[in-house]
Amino acid sequence: MNSTTVIVGASLAGINAARTLRLQGHVGSIIVVDADSERPYDRPPLSKQMLTGEWEPEKILLPAGKEDLDLEFRLGVRAKAVDLGARQITLEGADGTVANTAFDSLVIASGASARRLPDSAGIAGVHVVRTLADSLALRAELEAGPSRVVVIGAGFIGAEVASSCRKRGIEVTLVEAMPLPLERILGAEMGRVCAQVHIENGVDLRLGTGVLQLETETVDGVEKVVGVALTDGTTIATEIVVVGIGVTLNVDWLEGSGLTLDDGVVCDNTLLAAPGVVAAGDIARYPSARFGRMLRVEHWETAIAGGEAAARRLLAEASGETPVVFDPIPWFWSDQYDRKIQLAGRPMPTDTCVVVHGSTDEFRFVALYGDGDRLTGVLGMNRPRHVIQLRALFEEGASFSEACERAATL
Amino acid sequence: MRIVVDFDLCESNAVCMGIAPEIFEVRDDDFLYVLDENPPESMRAKMEESVQRCPKQAISIAED
Repeated sequence: MNSTTVIVGASLAGINAARTLRLQGHVGSIIVVDADSERPYDRPPLSKQMLTGEWEPEKILLPAGKEDLDLEFRLGVRAKAVDLGARQITLEGADGTVANTAFDSLVIASGASARRLPDSAGIAGVHVVRTLADSLALRAELEAGPSRVVVIGAGFIGAEVASSCRKRGIEVTLVEAMPLPLERILGAEMGRVCAQVHIENGVDLRLGTGVLQLETETVDGVEKVVGVALTDGTTIATEIVVVGIGVTLNVDWLEGSGLTLDDGVVCDNTLLAAPGVVAAGDIARYPSARFGRMLRVEHWETAIAGGEAAARRLLAEASGETPVVFDPIPWFWSDQYDRKIQLAGRPMPTDTCVVVHGSTDEFRFVALYGDGDRLTGVLGMNRPRHVIQLRALFEEGASFSEACERAATL
Repeated sequence: MRIVVDFDLCESNAVCMGIAPEIFEVRDDDFLYVLDENPPESMRAKMEESVQRCPKQAISIAED
């Protein structure tokens, strides 16, 4: 492949697409664009080791970003629009200059941005955790020794931020609008277990409660948060609010491009979105035969696998080889306090959930999810070996009942 | 090829065990054990995949 490839997004999916293209014989230029001005870095530590202060930024640089792959990085540069017919992408530099760049192939890995509370822009003390800059800004305020941090949203990011604050000895109030944390991902039974983990670790957990408004004070012209008023009528005094209420996809630049956008860039089962155009990472929506529906997966491992697969898809298109179907088994981990939560598969919250190893009282167990006799998920808490071994059952096409039998032998 | 694991980084996510159970084993104590530090050359692709997929970048391959 000797042509110009533009990759939008220098995070995990984009950088792995670049690496795979280069190592698999793409000899033309590979231009990697990202709105973030930092060298490519790994995001999972942003809510953990970076916040606790155990790690410095140098430690989270992605190895692929440091390899000599002859990539042309354009960092701090934002994609504004793309014309697939003319094969041109419009890029805006950090200084505001706008210019077009020609390409032959395009990798869309522009990912997502943290959702913010409405009307919270510019209020000091209100944070999200998505970028290295976000994490360092929050860390600096945590180092000042606040009396309390209020975390809005008890999803994985919120839970990990709460955990990191507790490790620093800071009081935490964790506010979740739903009746249970992670219920939409893990179901009610496991949501209750996750709630209990927070409580056991001294978190003031407020469930089924939304945010009414942020209370602020303006001192010397700076508007600063001083409290959070909740919909249950209570107000919590705090200097720091961390918002973990999900993400919005970075698809603005693709509007009007002719690509199908529907909660992500809609791809075929090989991550091809249009001729010479592939998508990977948080932004890619693809049909999964394994789970019988369209999936868009925001997991670390899927970003790596997707970046590699998207690159191979472009190479297959160029060489005329048969493309490979992309349908990995979703898997992720979340470290909260001294617990490691891992989920393989993609259960629905209404699926049957059975604990097959250990017990939820000990917070050390394995649970299987099933939809009828179809295995849909393997959840572990401090049981990494079991999760990885049972994950292989998806590859084997094991049924839910077969998986339960197998689990009993581990 | 020699497998080097930085045990200060390893968090026992067991991804490597999923890729190459004949080389990597996470036991019930939740620690990773390297069963063969000098895997045969035929395992190279799996070893490189383990390096790439380790969430903690804790695995490396030394050539000696």
